Amino acid sequence: MKAIKVKKPSGKIKINKDRCKGCYLCIVNCPNGRIKIAEDLNVKGVKPAIFSPGNCTGCAMCAVICPECIIEVYR
Amino acid sequence: MKKNRIKVIPAKKGETNRVFARPATLRDIDNHYCAGCGHGIIHRLICEVIDELGIREKVIAIAPVGCAVIAYDYWDFDVTEAPHGRTPAVATGIKRTRPNNIVFTYQGDGDLAAIGTAETIHAANRGENITIIFVNNGVYGMTGGQMAPTTLAGQKTATTIYGRSLRREGYPIRMLEILAPLPGARYLERVSVHSAHETLRAKRAIMKAFKTQVDGKGFSMVEVLSMCPTYWGMSAIKAAERIRSDVATFYPLGVVKTY
Ligand SMILES: Cc1ncc(C[n+]2csc(CCOP(=O)(O)OP(=O)(O)O)c2C)c(N)n1
Ligand code: SF4
Ligand code: SF4
Ligand code: SF4
Repeated sequence: MKAIKVKKPSGKIKINKDRCKGCYLCIVNCPNGRIKIAEDLNVKGVKPAIFSPGNCTGCAMCAVICPECIIEVYR
Repeated sequence: MKKNRIKVIPAKKGETNRVFARPATLRDIDNHYCAGCGHGIIHRLICEVIDELGIREKVIAIAPVGCAVIAYDYWDFDVTEAPHGRTPAVATGIKRTRPNNIVFTYQGDGDLAAIGTAETIHAANRGENITIIFVNNGVYGMTGGQMAPTTLAGQKTATTIYGRSLRREGYPIRMLEILAPLPGARYLERVSVHSAHETLRAKRAIMKAFKTQVDGKGFSMVEVLSMCPTYWGMSAIKAAERIRSDVATFYPLGVVKTY
């Protein structure tokens, strides 16, 4: 049987955490559940969204919805 | 989905391919909007379109009165300001005297559909070659969440504390459908920023509206359904969901008129 090569998802995002206002729209728009809420507060006094590495595909859906435009996406 | 492909941006040194970053014309500073407010998303879409069309040096925007009153702090291109509702009149003057500039207004629903109704309708009727970005969030955000002409039936606001009554306050108003029969109005589309998918569509509509002006085709307007979590009294996630379930049912998304 021929082996099927599956390309590993290789996306990565960077969130500027001190500018996050904690709307969490990025969380509900990530198809892979790659964004979580931090335990600690940022300088604005909100719990920012944080990236949790894994099967991020670099689809940029999180960045497209972020009203603060503080997410950079790499592939 | 193919249409929604994100453009790859050349990588910074030592990075893998960057596929999404802040557009050059969106200043790298915090905005004053509430968490989850749609204004921030719509500001960025406009910047992306201006950058992609390469018209930064030609653009003149007119900021409204409303929560977006200081939009000029965020946009790194020429922006002026007009009294509440008068941006289409100011845009008319600028475009007629400087026809080579790309002139657009950015207006809320209190601005465009209440105090500025006359300016809007007559600019469309005259077929001014300008573009209007109309942010419909169903309330007067800046002044404390009062009812707007666009507020949905039954919606509670600061001035309709038991919910908008159709008998007392009348029906919500669909501005695009009012403008559509006017021969001067060339391109009219309604979009939303309640999800990433819809936001990408919104960008395409804004692109088309600007191209309408660049090609000299005449009046274009994009209505963007937008969240005001603060004066809807709900989380940003619930506000986005409310657009999908309620607002977009009354204000159907899609092209209302094209050429
Ligand atoms: C001539 C005039 N009338 C009234 C006001 C008060 N006013 C300021 S903003 C606003 C409404 C803003 O609502 P909208 O246009 O929907 O924008 P939003 O704040 O929701 O983005 C009003 C009535 C004003 N500044 N000028
Ligand atoms: S969308 Fe932006 S502002 Fe909202 S939680 Fe995510 S990173 Fe923060
Ligand atoms: S790029 Fe796509 S997969 Fe990665 S975190 Fe953002 S939304 Fe999720
Ligand atoms: S009041 Fe509403 S429209 Fe104004 S900044 Fe806050 S969420 Fe946005």
